[in-house]
Amino acid sequence: MNDELVFHFDVDGEDFTSAGQASVMVKKNLRRLGLSPEIIRRVSIAMYEGEINMVIHAGGGVADVKVMEDRIEIVLTDHGPGISNIDMAMQEGFSTATDTIRTLGFGAGMGLPNMKRYSDTMDIKSTVGVGTTITMTVNIQ
Amino acid sequence: MIFITVQNLCNNCGFEPLNIPFPNREIKGGYCGDLLSWVMGRAGEDNAWITIMSNINVIAVATLADVSCVIFSEGTRPDDEVLSVAKEKEVNLIVSPLNTYDTAVKISGYINE
Repeated sequence: MNDELVFHFDVDGEDFTSAGQASVMVKKNLRRLGLSPEIIRRVSIAMYEGEINMVIHAGGGVADVKVMEDRIEIVLTDHGPGISNIDMAMQEGFSTATDTIRTLGFGAGMGLPNMKRYSDTMDIKSTVGVGTTITMTVNIQ
Repeated sequence: MIFITVQNLCNNCGFEPLNIPFPNREIKGGYCGDLLSWVMGRAGEDNAWITIMSNINVIAVATLADVSCVIFSEGTRPDDEVLSVAKEKEVNLIVSPLNTYDTAVKISGYINE
């Protein structure tokens, strides 16, 4: 695999019922590439949490997944309200999700912690009122 | 622990197979939970996931977390739209009339028979 493979997805912020479709597509594509189930699982989970966050908090966004020789990079960009306190947002159990979102089973405050747990590196750049870009990498062993 | 499949589980525990595209998929342990991100982060591959949550997002979580099946406890049933997505995505769905605790106990009893 010498060339980079890039997948681009628009994440629809209006349609909560289709949330996760980009992650499912990525999973399918990574399977076709013959990557190990554990790597695929880690990428899928990290990306799904990011995708759900964009739907819940930011009205959607875009996801770019780059498959390189030694790693997979996931970049999630939105133009939502931004994260005012990243340290707090990274704590398990902290959530600003509404009650409606909670009744759907989300808003447990596990999104960002799961993304960190299942990726090898994670970088959050966020400006209140402008948006958030999260870059994660998962190493291919 | 014996080798059990999704079909074995339905036959031996009195659970209703709602959508079983992969009857021979092995079950390796289980996970109980209704908070989707919690399940996503903690459920293991090939676990049987027991939940009362039956909305459309359950199908995405089951697919991405690679659980062997979703068991709806308390006789909970997904609506037709969710069922049709599960068929399309080939996700094993089962209904248990028991509550989550009793469902887990029943499975554990069967596994350790």
